[in-house]
Amino acid sequence: MDPRRPSRVIDPKVRKVGFFTPGPPPDRTQSGPAATPPSQSPISNTLSPIMIPPARHASDNLSRAVGMPVPAGSQLHGHPPVDSLQVGSYTLSDSVLSPSPTRSPSSRVGLDGDFSEDSVNWMKRSNSGRYTPVLPTGGPDLTQSIEASIDESSGDHIAELQKNPKPLKAKTTKAERRALQEAQRAAKATAKGEGNKSVATSATSAPAQTSKPARHPSQKKEPPPLVSSTPILEKKGTEKAPEKDRKKEVPPPRMQFDDKNRVEKAKKRSVVKQTEARNRVELFRHLPQYERENQLSDLESKFFQLDNVHPAVFKVGLQFLSGDIMWSNARCISMLQSFQKIIEEYTTPPEKTLTRDLTTKINASVSFLIECRPLSISMGNAIRFLKSRITKIPLTQTEFEAKTSLSSDIDRYINEKIILADKVIVGHAVTKIRDGDVLLTYGSSALIEMVLLHAYGLRRRFKVVVVDSRPHLEGRVMVRKLVEKGVSCTYTHVNAVSYIMHEVTRVFVGAASVLANGTVYSAVGTACVAMVAHAFHVPVLVCCESYKFHERVQLDSICSNELGDPDVIAKVPGRKDNCLDDWANKENLQLLNLAYDVTPADYVSMIVTEHGMIPPTSVPVIVREYGREHILI
Amino acid sequence: MWRRSASFILDNRPLQGDTVTNPESRLLSPPPSSSMAETLQNPNPDPTLTISPYYQTRAAHHGVVTSDWLAQAQAAAGGDTDTRSSEQEGSLKSAASEKSFPVIDEFNNWRKQPDLAEAVAAIRALASVIRSSEATTMMELQNELKMASDSLKSWDMTSISLTAGCDLFMRYVTRTSAVEYEDFDSAKSRFLERAEKFGEISYKARKIIAMLSQDFIFDGCTILVHGFSRVVLEILKTAAENKKHFRVLCTEGRPDRTGLRLSNELAKLDVPVKLLIDSAVAYSMDEIDMVFVGADGVVESGGIINMMGTYQIALVAKSMDKPVYVAAESYKFARLYPLNQKDMVPALKPIDFGVPIPLKVEVETSARDYTPPQYLTLLFTDLGVLTPSVVSDELIQLYL
Repeated sequence: MDPRRPSRVIDPKVRKVGFFTPGPPPDRTQSGPAATPPSQSPISNTLSPIMIPPARHASDNLSRAVGMPVPAGSQLHGHPPVDSLQVGSYTLSDSVLSPSPTRSPSSRVGLDGDFSEDSVNWMKRSNSGRYTPVLPTGGPDLTQSIEASIDESSGDHIAELQKNPKPLKAKTTKAERRALQEAQRAAKATAKGEGNKSVATSATSAPAQTSKPARHPSQKKEPPPLVSSTPILEKKGTEKAPEKDRKKEVPPPRMQFDDKNRVEKAKKRSVVKQTEARNRVELFRHLPQYERENQLSDLESKFFQLDNVHPAVFKVGLQFLSGDIMWSNARCISMLQSFQKIIEEYTTPPEKTLTRDLTTKINASVSFLIECRPLSISMGNAIRFLKSRITKIPLTQTEFEAKTSLSSDIDRYINEKIILADKVIVGHAVTKIRDGDVLLTYGSSALIEMVLLHAYGLRRRFKVVVVDSRPHLEGRVMVRKLVEKGVSCTYTHVNAVSYIMHEVTRVFVGAASVLANGTVYSAVGTACVAMVAHAFHVPVLVCCESYKFHERVQLDSICSNELGDPDVIAKVPGRKDNCLDDWANKENLQLLNLAYDVTPADYVSMIVTEHGMIPPTSVPVIVREYGREHILI
Repeated sequence: MWRRSASFILDNRPLQGDTVTNPESRLLSPPPSSSMAETLQNPNPDPTLTISPYYQTRAAHHGVVTSDWLAQAQAAAGGDTDTRSSEQEGSLKSAASEKSFPVIDEFNNWRKQPDLAEAVAAIRALASVIRSSEATTMMELQNELKMASDSLKSWDMTSISLTAGCDLFMRYVTRTSAVEYEDFDSAKSRFLERAEKFGEISYKARKIIAMLSQDFIFDGCTILVHGFSRVVLEILKTAAENKKHFRVLCTEGRPDRTGLRLSNELAKLDVPVKLLIDSAVAYSMDEIDMVFVGADGVVESGGIINMMGTYQIALVAKSMDKPVYVAAESYKFARLYPLNQKDMVPALKPIDFGVPIPLKVEVETSARDYTPPQYLTLLFTDLGVLTPSVVSDELIQLYL
């Protein structure tokens, strides 16, 4: 028992370590395959620890479950069907899948239509796990008969059991403790409302609840439903706590995509067809992960159906979706220009005010653009600016005046905050390029390119190392442009950065945003380059317009990020048979294509803005001093 | 951590033998050698070795000029440094005197007071430009001021505080609502008022800093001082007057022996002083409670540019967890941002080695280094006691 307990304790933590495959962590195998009752094993992998608050009375369950090698059925006596079902299905899956454990779940689903993918998942994962089929409790026929009732929720109930061990350990994490509390609260609430409902109802109702979504193809890829805070073994026999209650208590500040209810709502509103990606990366479930393949064609075909989306916005959205516009400045400018078109063609409908109606119109366009690709921070700032301009329009102004003033405001924003700012930054940055320098730059940034070309125009003698990385290989474009102009360049991939760094005298990188703690939020890979440069005592200069500054503070790249198309990293262009071609069908493989990463301020020597060259510690000063003016312009 | 491997980028680097003869090829060697950087970075019209005027002034004030190093300087600069630099000065002077008001003369007059910092002298001189201006429009007056401050700045490019002082003066004086006054005379008097106020603030800065820093000097402490800084002297003087018991360790301050002068001054105040050679800093760091240094300039990152050796001392102090305090007036805050040691306008100062140096031997003559902010604990300024990161905050507010 003892050796097992730590393994359980570690379990959720192991899962938290980011990009992992759902195979069992090595330490878990120590506990020995036969030692643990199989009822606890199969689903343990599929469930995120963050989502499942442990049951209130979990500890006594656990003590029983762990302490005595009682057959699982005895403690679950309230729910014989569920229990035996679980065991049975486990063996079934085993027996069916044993010849080819990695068979695609779809075939499984075909076998018995009612199977939700999740239940398949957990069963299959159990396969890959430490358990050898030990308990042939339920015969195949038994499982077949109950199969129909297997679903996510039953999986959950078992998950509950799985989670039970947690409270036993002395230290629970804060999140866990909180979850526990919430679960208790919810349990109380429902107990009051529903009185003593028999446990049996929960057992029977669970399949009824979930069988419906299980049939939807889009639903298939859903994770097991969030938490059923109340376990089946609840002594009072309460129902599942309604999730809404918990949601109301703590409204999340941003859209979290592991929040099922909200995702559902958002999906109803959405224009772009969003199929959730399979094999989503656990740690990044809070970010949208959708299948990309058909989005573009699907959206293109919808062109005539979408009346509420302005054609200009639609065009920009398509460009975002297809990746034609990638640079953040370009994205921001094209977005603002499309909004300008909206404003130009706008007429206030009768009995409405311009400020209100135009804002809703802009909001609709913004949410359309978000569906095409998540907004960058700079775009968020620009939208904030535009909205504040709209709300500041006095009621006395005529529509024409308001429109022209808004249009000219947008023009000024583009000119002053982006184009002119770039020129000033180039002027500042060039002073740091001296003869004999070797400059390293990562990926591609229009601003850095301007800096380098300007320095070259000033006849500075320097060399450029362009470091590039898969999958976009943006650096090639940059190298081409620089070489055409005659700058002497070296092109290499990020793998070689530690080798090349000792010859470099300056690192110039662009940024998607600079946050208030001096953290630079930039294309993925920048942090790696900056850290290597720091280790070699090479100064890192970040060029960034101050309209991209944001007062938010971010400590890691996980909380807020953008996930790109995982297919892009799976496919190597020019190679005929990719090893990862059918990665989506491999349950224990998840691909992570992050778009941004976060460079801590320690690794940044200087931030070059249009307000001058500042240390990263002074970003809040700029945000404070110019944030207001930025709104007033 | 790593060994220098064969160059990939710079593979057309010539053989070691040519580097000495061919200065062009040297430009491509990865770590720009110091002399190259200096010749490239030196904005002064005369690229040969000259004594930075800033250090000439200091030498004149502090009276520690030794005939040796003057001779050395002359030898280094081809024997005519003095005449040339004086010619240069003369030409500048004549250029300035062609204009309406001889700022440089005025500046030189102020500069003669040994207690007056160069920047304060410049500020006073600029104030007198306003006073004696015959301009009749605001624009004219501003242009005149601009020209005067430009000529002052070009008089000595190497002095950070002079440049920064002039810039700050222009900011402080001309950025006022007075520019929009209808009546020119009242606007001008407002200008003058501000100019004199600024001069007054700058003049009093040292006293303010000395007052602020008293809390940091406790009885029985040992202070390491590097170089001769009038602010630091003022601080120590005030502390001595406040009957604090402390001991001072002075570095020798090669090559101009500024430490000797400071120890003289402190001995006069009956403060126990011990002299160290510059290389004994690490040896005596364990008996030290804090390090006090002045600054030639405070840069935007919050680091300082100061006499050669400051960086070294700060590094030693940091590794032994001793606080490093910098005393600097706010007119030394400059909009510079050196990325590393070589990323500065060098101020050169010949060094007296006591024995003749063979011509083939290269001598590092840079007179100052850059200490990055992470090695500084606090800055004592007339704006208050600041952490290094606040410097940029103040600069942004002053300049923008």
